[in-house]
Amino acid sequence: MTKPISFILNGDEISCDIQDHWTLLHLLREELGLIGTKEGCGNGECGACTVIVDQLAVNSCLYLAADVQGKLVQTIEGLAVHTGSLHPIQQSFVENGGIQCGFCTPGMIMSAKALLDKDAEADREAIKHALAGNICRCTGYVQILDSVAAAGRQMAENQGEGAAAAKDPGTITQQSMNKKAGEVIT
Amino acid sequence: MKPFTYLTPATVEEAVALFGQHRETARYMAGGTDVIVKIKDGWMGPDYLISLKQIPGLNDLHKNENTGELTIGALVTHAMLEQSLLIRNEYPIIYDAVSNIGSLQVRNMGTIGGNLINAVPSADGAIPLIALDGSALLVGPKGERSVMVKDLFVKPYETVLTPGEILTKITIPAQAPRTGSAYIKFGRRAAMELPLIGIGVLLVVDEDLSTCTRARICLGVAGPTPLRAVKAEQMLEGQPVTSDLLTEAGKTAAEESQVRDSVRGQAWHRKEMIQVQVRRMGLRCLDIINQKARQA
Repeated sequence: MTKPISFILNGDEISCDIQDHWTLLHLLREELGLIGTKEGCGNGECGACTVIVDQLAVNSCLYLAADVQGKLVQTIEGLAVHTGSLHPIQQSFVENGGIQCGFCTPGMIMSAKALLDKDAEADREAIKHALAGNICRCTGYVQILDSVAAAGRQMAENQGEGAAAAKDPGTITQQSMNKKAGEVIT
Repeated sequence: MKPFTYLTPATVEEAVALFGQHRETARYMAGGTDVIVKIKDGWMGPDYLISLKQIPGLNDLHKNENTGELTIGALVTHAMLEQSLLIRNEYPIIYDAVSNIGSLQVRNMGTIGGNLINAVPSADGAIPLIALDGSALLVGPKGERSVMVKDLFVKPYETVLTPGEILTKITIPAQAPRTGSAYIKFGRRAAMELPLIGIGVLLVVDEDLSTCTRARICLGVAGPTPLRAVKAEQMLEGQPVTSDLLTEAGKTAAEESQVRDSVRGQAWHRKEMIQVQVRRMGLRCLDIINQKARQA
């Protein structure tokens, strides 16, 4: 069955028609052309399809598109600003060698973002716990964990500098999203 | 994925009525982390998927401070339980169990009600609720009834729910003073893995902080359904709890279990681990009780 939905995708309001059985992953990749989010296992085991819905990391392969009605969705495409400057987590993955083939990276980064947005100073154990559902088959995770930890330090520093943080468009989006999310989540 | 019509009732009554219209062509869905996988894999193919997500109140999580009763709505996610300070401080056995279910992504979607209804022998979510003497409220076409969580399971993937019934909430009675509880998911790794064995222990002790007045020893993956090691519990009740007594209770619990060889591990190994972990979880219960007594 076809039905109209509307939701906020990376800060923009989206209205579209969906089929009831579409997953959010299908909607993003096949209908909206946002192919940054990857399909790995399709069964919620690998985390490659991780996106953030109302501030929570979820497997978009198991999340029905119908259920994003009225919600805030963030994908990897929403992180870098239009001028091309990367989000601190993306920058950190580049600088710390947290990427090999790159297939797991969007999911890793979205899981990291959901964590660091809540607690930029999350310790190593908290980072491992938050990323345990993201599988990487290239590397040994050490550099990925290093990347997230370094990004967290950077984000904490940015938050400390109030004025500087306000200039970071990523932060502004997050703040406005938090406000909206507060209205949606009861 | 096979197409279906997605229905989003606003009340439990409406959901039950929709099931009444579509019957065997319909399935209920809570968080979807099991149902969507099963539809994708072709294990089920409903024409109508009835979502319980939009029914207000089903994700209620609160403790009644007058009666001490804890209510966990069926749609409360594992992550909500994991992040609740109430659960962490007062119901550590629930925290221990839910914080390693699946992955964070799965815990953000998957619900405690769905975990129970899925009825896998390993159901991490069921063990603490059984240890806490929890009961489940079932609402269906013929009205509502309450069933102890320990009596919910018939065999793997099958519960006592009749067609059209919905598990709406779990109620945990007030805990006695000086209660300690702990759970361990024992396996090769915690994330995205089913346990080799799951062991939950709950102890209540007398004012001497030693004599056991109530014991619960609950095991997952130790039989076709989650089970209680009743003989082992009886060994503890009325006795001063010591490490040696817990070892003996662990042996009895291992004998009471119906462990089998499987791809994840051998029966003898599971038995040895039940014995060891019953003692360790029992000691952790005592630690929790003593720590709280010092604070009081």
